[in-house]
Amino acid sequence: MSSLQKAAAPPVLTEPAARRTSGPAYLRYGAGKVGGAAVSLLAVLVTGFFLFRLIPGDPVKTMTGGRPVSAEQLAAYRREFGLDLPVWQQFTDYCGKALTGDLGTSYQFRAPVLDKITEALPNTLLLTGTAFVLYTALGIFLGTRAAWRHGGLGDKLNTGLALTLYSVPSFWLGLLLIIVFSVGIGPIPGLFPTGGMESGGEEGFAYVLDVAHHLILPVITLVAVEYGQTLLVTRSALLDEMGGDYLTTARAKGLRDDLVRRRHAVPNALLPTVTLVFVNLGRTVAGVILVETVFSWPGLGGLFYQALSVPDLPLVQGLFFFFAAAVIVMNTVADLVYPLLDPRVGR
Amino acid sequence: MTTETAASPRALAWQRRRHSAARFWKQYRTHRAGLFGLATLALFALLALTAPLTVGSDVQSVTRAPGQPLESPSGEFPLGTDRFGRSLLGLLIWGARVSLLVGLLAAVLSVAIGAFIGITAGHFRGRYATVIMRITDWFLVMPTLVLAIALATVMSRSLGTIVLAIGVTTWPTTARLVRAQTLAVESRPYIERAKALGGGHGHIMSRHVLPNVMPLVLAQTTLIISSAILAEATLAFLGLGDPTVVSWGGLLQDAREAGAVSAGDWWYLVPPGIAIAVVALAFTLCGRAVESVLNPRLGVAR
Repeated sequence: MSSLQKAAAPPVLTEPAARRTSGPAYLRYGAGKVGGAAVSLLAVLVTGFFLFRLIPGDPVKTMTGGRPVSAEQLAAYRREFGLDLPVWQQFTDYCGKALTGDLGTSYQFRAPVLDKITEALPNTLLLTGTAFVLYTALGIFLGTRAAWRHGGLGDKLNTGLALTLYSVPSFWLGLLLIIVFSVGIGPIPGLFPTGGMESGGEEGFAYVLDVAHHLILPVITLVAVEYGQTLLVTRSALLDEMGGDYLTTARAKGLRDDLVRRRHAVPNALLPTVTLVFVNLGRTVAGVILVETVFSWPGLGGLFYQALSVPDLPLVQGLFFFFAAAVIVMNTVADLVYPLLDPRVGR
Repeated sequence: MTTETAASPRALAWQRRRHSAARFWKQYRTHRAGLFGLATLALFALLALTAPLTVGSDVQSVTRAPGQPLESPSGEFPLGTDRFGRSLLGLLIWGARVSLLVGLLAAVLSVAIGAFIGITAGHFRGRYATVIMRITDWFLVMPTLVLAIALATVMSRSLGTIVLAIGVTTWPTTARLVRAQTLAVESRPYIERAKALGGGHGHIMSRHVLPNVMPLVLAQTTLIISSAILAEATLAFLGLGDPTVVSWGGLLQDAREAGAVSAGDWWYLVPPGIAIAVVALAFTLCGRAVESVLNPRLGVAR
């Protein structure tokens, strides 16, 4: 069952809710999820291959970008990238190599795709990780406030702002921030660097500060376009809980409003939020690609843009596989953590 | 049912439909955000439809550009000129046609696929549904934009490619919603009655299930248009759009390539982005209002 459906409709209770997740049942559930993820990964691998091979168009022609190239050169390119072999042989080669971590060679950089990915990965993790923590925290915090006083002015402003920022193209917001805060406009001086990750020549603590300085604008952009989703999900999840009898009970026994919210309502509302935060990771990947492109951040997204503009098919294909695999793995992790948070799931 | 009496049930059905449409509008009217969205959309639709009269297709011409490259806003060019000297206001209005058209077509394609898969998966249970829903789940977790980019990269640069790339990557949420609704509809007694009277699969799906999931499908379309417009702008910005037509995303890409960012030419960048955001927001507001009228329990749009 998909995580989305599960979030929408928690399974009906057939056994006493007090029973915790038992060992063997959890193992069976976990094995199912991991197996499903393995099938998904395999599907991504196959899709990646056929998407980039069998669709009309000659990769070598694309590679040379329409420049006049002699027949010998074309043949040499075909040999170099194994494109002269029959498709089925290319496919088995590709699968065998992919399983050992070899994603091919980039046309553009003449370097193994995997090397380019591992080079850029830490930078992306730094940017995405910082933004992810911030926008999830901000979304949950504001979403809880909005739902608790729903219909009020604060709720309307909050939801309105979130919806507006959610509709703003992330790359455009990034460009505007660069104009205003990096290039400087009118009385505002250029406060932040226009792009990249470091100024160069710094060491030790100064280097850390320098990277943090470069990190601020990209992180603000990502947080601004992504927190709205978390806010809306948290808000509607909490609104669903608001009518619950257990909240009336909690109030009736004299708990302060604040405690009712923090101890009783929010933990229950967080359950669907957790799943949806992970299901929506795919959207975050899109945001990361654009933000890194705009801010010339030397991460996977920037690499993807470079690969696209050539187009460097092995690199595009490798990154396609990597992005999809990352999202699938994260979702599986969420699926595995979910029963530990909510004992009703996965028995 | 004989032919003489057939007219009267049909009239009855139409009367009922009119009533429910009126009821729908009465409830929709109470959503101020939804009304605002609707008004904004009407304005943009009017601008896009009358563009051939107000700005004319000449506005796209690079060779017969009326002004100097990169002029700042003035009386003659209220939003300045682009890097070829074309009027940015004219391009903005002309670009609305492409952005709205692609958004609409992509959303219709996406929702059509989603509705078809959702209804069939809900109607035919068993192995077919299991396989189909597995595929849906797979698409659901895939990073949509990455998949769309991959498709747009390997196909030729055209508006059709963009529509297809957005349409075939965004249907899974619709499929899930429609399937859930189909399951609910199919458990009602009148489906059993239709089956007992000899209704086949096609009849039940098209005559009984489809009309009941239609409101949901419409709300979903409105919501998907907004993300499709954003996706179109994104693909155009990444240089995957049709280079021969002007769209809002394409204008932003032009601006970036012309160095508008480092030169601080904010008037080149700001209007297309605002246009994208306003239209996307308007569709989202309408979609949420429709959703909350159809499903008051959600209470989202208030």
